[in-house]
Amino acid sequence: MLDLLYAVAVAPFRDMAGAPAFLIEVLIGGVFAGLMYSLVALGFVLIFKASGVFNFAQGVMVLFAALTLVGLLERGVPVLVALALTTVVMVALAFAIERLVLRPLVNQAHIILFMATIGLNFFLEGFGEMLWGANVKKLDIGIPDRSFIVRGVQINQLELTAAATAAVLVTVLAVFFQRTRIGRALRAVADDHEAALSIGVPLRTIWVVVWSVAGVVAIVAGLMWGAKSGVQFSLSLIALKALPVLILGGFESVPGAIVGGLIIGVGEKLGEVYWGPLVGGAIENWFAYVLALAFLLARPQGLFGEKIIERV
Amino acid sequence: MRRRRILIAVLAALALAAPVTAAAQSREVFVPLLVYRTGPYAPSGIPIADGFVDYFTLLNERDGGINGVKLAWEECETQYDNKQGIECYERLKGKSPVVVNPYSTAITYSLIPKAPVDKIVVFSMGYGMSAASDGRWFPWVFNFPTNYWSQASAVIRYIGAQEGGLEKLKGKKVAHIFHNSAYGKEAHPTLEELAKKYQFELSLLAVDHPGQEQKATWLQVRRLNPDWIFMSGWGVMNQVAIKEAVSIGFKMDHLIGNWWSANDSDVVPAGEGAKGYKGATFHAPGTNFKVHADLLKLVYEKGKGSAKKEDLGAPLYNRGIVNAMLTAEAIRTAMTKFGNKPLTGEQVRWGFENLNLTEQRLEQLGMKSFTHPVKVTCEDHEGSGPVLIQQWDGKKWNVVSDWIAPMRDVVRPKIEGAAVEESKKLGYTMRDCAKEK
Repeated sequence: MLDLLYAVAVAPFRDMAGAPAFLIEVLIGGVFAGLMYSLVALGFVLIFKASGVFNFAQGVMVLFAALTLVGLLERGVPVLVALALTTVVMVALAFAIERLVLRPLVNQAHIILFMATIGLNFFLEGFGEMLWGANVKKLDIGIPDRSFIVRGVQINQLELTAAATAAVLVTVLAVFFQRTRIGRALRAVADDHEAALSIGVPLRTIWVVVWSVAGVVAIVAGLMWGAKSGVQFSLSLIALKALPVLILGGFESVPGAIVGGLIIGVGEKLGEVYWGPLVGGAIENWFAYVLALAFLLARPQGLFGEKIIERV
Repeated sequence: MRRRRILIAVLAALALAAPVTAAAQSREVFVPLLVYRTGPYAPSGIPIADGFVDYFTLLNERDGGINGVKLAWEECETQYDNKQGIECYERLKGKSPVVVNPYSTAITYSLIPKAPVDKIVVFSMGYGMSAASDGRWFPWVFNFPTNYWSQASAVIRYIGAQEGGLEKLKGKKVAHIFHNSAYGKEAHPTLEELAKKYQFELSLLAVDHPGQEQKATWLQVRRLNPDWIFMSGWGVMNQVAIKEAVSIGFKMDHLIGNWWSANDSDVVPAGEGAKGYKGATFHAPGTNFKVHADLLKLVYEKGKGSAKKEDLGAPLYNRGIVNAMLTAEAIRTAMTKFGNKPLTGEQVRWGFENLNLTEQRLEQLGMKSFTHPVKVTCEDHEGSGPVLIQQWDGKKWNVVSDWIAPMRDVVRPKIEGAAVEESKKLGYTMRDCAKEK
């Protein structure tokens, strides 16, 4: 019993203290991984903020965006043109979703809209596969995937670029939501569809805008994850990595998605490296959820989520 | 009135065609294909399925099937998921199949208890339950030409040779990075025994499904600084692992994937960085074989090919060819005893157990030097076949070793011990092979 207690509560911390450079490397690895999760989580947050809908298809949107981009690159389209065309495709997709899926379901319960996004998920997965095939595709956008050493700590260039991209994206989104007219309208729609409509907020336009922005976020996430692992269908599964981030950060907070991502990223790396070997490893997937649930017990609305008080 | 006449004519045509269809079916051998062409493991599943289907198509086109008996097959999508695999099996069982290739260790484990009941051979070529190599306990399961334990021992033999002899392994660090599944863990018992025997330090590092994010594993690799890494990955896990290895600057020629971790799709995302990566195999890569020429001429020129022409020769495509060829040759062997007609599962089981694929036969099949001869017996359903090491040069795979014999002295006793244990769970009794000869 004492041995177990030592292994769980003492040995990992001694290990950390004994090799501080390695600990820093684990922390940096966690921060970078967390920001990559945040990139995916942001897409969920945007749509939830504007419509109160949990978009089950966000992971597939990442995949669809990456497939479109790499498909264009494979056909010899220059990178910048391919990026612009992919953006056009994602905006067109947003229009189609608004016209064919959301508009007929205005004022329906959120669970109905959620179910609609499940359908959308499977449609996009099948359609993307039909269009671009299921093979692994290399996504080379010129970002080197090598590491360099700083004071004994290894840093990966691709992950560093992804972190910087995530930071820029979050700043732009924060400004967009706080400082622009359309950003305020988005928040109004998120609070109450009908009230927003009654004061003249164009719900349809808002939905197109928000799905388009989520599409652009999906392109960035697809770009980074695709460069990391190649573009393939398992990209859609990274949505599973975003879920604990959302649970922890709150479903409607952009900063929450970032802070949540960082906590999950760092937490799961520390868990896997220092406590994983005690149980044979491979704990990081479920450890992230345990971490999120632990936070949830203390703050059910998540770290940055809005506390909902309803009169009964 | 006219519509009614047309309807009657159609019904009459169908009624006349029905016996013909039934007769046609009765001249066929049916093989269900549990494939995964969609989902996260599709990049690995597609080339194997293509290779398998193309070879069966070749046999039907070139030879009219096997000794005049056409081959029939139907694909069922499993997405490499155990539940879907079982559903596929149950659905296709009604079509009287004689053999099933599960293409998943987990699905194989689920089908093993069903095989003797349904009288359908389970052929898990180079995967599945290693213990089932002991045919005395598992008459319905075959995993030749070699199994995971033999592969692990052959890879350790290769590493030993690279270090200057097996005795030089003492004190070396070897890490096994594995898919956290029944498949990924299958090699552990052999690796652990060999670590004790040759006194190398073995570290087991698991990667959870699907393996999209492996940072923590590779941080541990950085700290551990192993001399060699052996990897049992699948699907996206392989591509990410190879990229991570490149990223941390691990010596690529000291990273050896098992035979499910060394396909073109695994190395492509890492680009130039993957140069030098090695993988185990039990057949050659490439298209420099007569069988490929036949496939191009008799299948692809007729527009009946499954893959893109440029994908022929990839390791997993060639594995599909080998899998289909071994299946067909087992059926052909069964026909030498039971006649050139559609066979039952029990008859085909006999064919599998008496398969003797010689060098001469491989040459006749257009596969000289493509794969190794194999002889299956009542006791040995594995064949204890040797293993090759192939290496990626940035454009293609090249074989860089001779055939490496597994350590049968280590592996076979383990198989026999494990077979007893696994059989106990299933309530099997050992058969006397001497009486069956």
